[in-house]
Amino acid sequence: MPLLTPQIQDENDYSLVASLDNVRNLSTILKAIHFREHATCFATKNGIKVTVENAKCVQANAFIQAGIFQEFIVQEESVTFRINLTVLLDCLSIFGSSPMPGTLTALRMCYQGYGYPLMLFLEEGGVVTVCKINTQEPEETLDFDFCSTNVINKIILQSEGLREAFSELDMTSEVLQITMSPDKPYFRLSTFGNAGSSHLDYPKDSDLMESFHCNQTQVNRYKISLLKPSTKALVLSCKVSIRTDNRGFLSLQYMIRNEDGQICFVEYYCCPDEEVPESES
Amino acid sequence: MKCLVTGGNVKVLGKAVHSLSRIGDELYLEPLEDGLSLRTVNSSRSAYACFLFAPLFFQQYQAAAPGQEALRCKILMKSFLAVFRSLATVERSVEKCCISLGGRSSRLVVQLHCKYGVRKTHNLSFQDCESLQAVFDPALCSNVLRAPARVLGEAVLPFPPALAEVTLGIGCGRRVILRSYQEEEEAGPSCSCLHRQHRQSHGDRDEHRAGGFPAVAGPGRGGHHFLPQGIPGTPELCGIRKLVSQRLLRCTRPAIFAVSDSLLDGHFVLATLSESDLHSPALCSPELRRLAPPLQAHSTPHLDDFANDDIDSYMIAMETTADSEGSRAVPSISLFPGLRPPCSPGPYSEDNEAEAGTQPGTPPPKKFRSLFFGSILAPAHSPPGPSPVLAEDSEGEG
Repeated sequence: MPLLTPQIQDENDYSLVASLDNVRNLSTILKAIHFREHATCFATKNGIKVTVENAKCVQANAFIQAGIFQEFIVQEESVTFRINLTVLLDCLSIFGSSPMPGTLTALRMCYQGYGYPLMLFLEEGGVVTVCKINTQEPEETLDFDFCSTNVINKIILQSEGLREAFSELDMTSEVLQITMSPDKPYFRLSTFGNAGSSHLDYPKDSDLMESFHCNQTQVNRYKISLLKPSTKALVLSCKVSIRTDNRGFLSLQYMIRNEDGQICFVEYYCCPDEEVPESES
Repeated sequence: MKCLVTGGNVKVLGKAVHSLSRIGDELYLEPLEDGLSLRTVNSSRSAYACFLFAPLFFQQYQAAAPGQEALRCKILMKSFLAVFRSLATVERSVEKCCISLGGRSSRLVVQLHCKYGVRKTHNLSFQDCESLQAVFDPALCSNVLRAPARVLGEAVLPFPPALAEVTLGIGCGRRVILRSYQEEEEAGPSCSCLHRQHRQSHGDRDEHRAGGFPAVAGPGRGGHHFLPQGIPGTPELCGIRKLVSQRLLRCTRPAIFAVSDSLLDGHFVLATLSESDLHSPALCSPELRRLAPPLQAHSTPHLDDFANDDIDSYMIAMETTADSEGSRAVPSISLFPGLRPPCSPGPYSEDNEAEAGTQPGTPPPKKFRSLFFGSILAPAHSPPGPSPVLAEDSEGEG
């Protein structure tokens, strides 16, 4: 039974061991950042952070804190590896992505260390699947240096209010322009597409607005193609925090409640496009 | 122009735009004194649809700023449709919709006021255009079917959306028959195929008047082909209002689907296809033929000023016209060179003779019988000789 030998191995042989009663608590969060093939995983005793990047301009991080797992052991200070996220998600949903009500897929995830594959043991109804996914050399991830002390404007919205806006974004527009201001229009999303421009205004006293802290008018443009993938996280989330710093960098933090009512966070960082030209309002 | 739509009427407007989008790629928006008109025509000019929203449909309606002329415009259907893309969302969250044209910005501004104070503003670019008008008169129709929209909607539902044509006819027992054909390739003409028939008994219809003809509609051949692409638009309207009346002109004329209500009027005018194929024995059931009155039996149609001696353009003439008041210097462009002045009647004889010569079993010619404009112009306008080849044919590899 060579397949089962890893289970018998001493847990001390692994630099990372994590067990989860409901694999969907992990797979759902990972889907929210699945816009590129590969991801880098960092595990510390606090949990796992999975990072996906694109075009050196956008970075998405999913945080799965240790408390989400029923068992979470990290032997080293930090464990880092790169993995094919598509394959990982395929394996995690090997018993189907929408299971029958009442049946849960349990997961045990083991990683022996640099050069070893990531081992997944998935069990549902007494059936066990073992997956070995080769890990890759970790790549250095971008440091956006987004520091909360440099944050100029911050808005927390109920995700419901942004969901439709993001799903209906005019994709013929190259950019999404975000205006945040202490005065009118307070919070505005604008696109400039083939058909003309469109603006979406949220008043600051709207019921959707959980908090509104804008100190200075900022108008920044972001590549719509880079921001569009964040819709995946938006759809899952209940609240979103939108922040911009003094350089115009954008941080979108999504609060996602999993099936067990626990809270996880997904974060997107995005660089602004070039200077806003004087044009349409 | 400025108008304000509130409550459930926003969804009605959205639905109307959705059904127009099934027909054409461009939307003609024209504020008139008697309401806001939305019109479209498809690229081959074989289908036309229009809605007229009465001023009462709006909470506020102003066709033109005082002292100014009303503007009309043409916009991309896609961009206007995007405003109402999700009807469910429109229904759930939009409280009012304000459409304005001719302000400082040279844009058509559509503003949606949504729940939670959220406001969506779409500034759509538009083109100036002349008025799009199809000349048709439902009152001239010799045959009228009037039914709850649901009945007609359910009847066309089983037909595949990609189906190229559907025939609507009235069979014996005052039944309405909708049927489709298979292509000739698989089956020889002798057995070409009744694909599906919908029979609807008289009772399903509120009114079924086959004007002038006992039981059998049409001038004898009991068939009326048209492209079904427009029909899927009509079920969409079912949600809007109750009645669709379909008016069939003489066989060779377009089918007009109409919805009406005190607040809105909608017309879908679909060209019909040439129907010489009905001579094919397999396509024309014996009973239909038996019941068919002789061609000469039908009454002479009314000829009004747009009628002329050209059979192809007889049924409907669509043209871009200037305001009839002539207040503007917009030239009236008639796309039928031969349309005016009206010539002597007698539109049928020539064509019917031609058809009589058709051999039984001739495959359906799939030719529009009643283009709004187009085919009749083709010979005159086609470039003489082959067009110059700009690049040489590349030799086949190897």
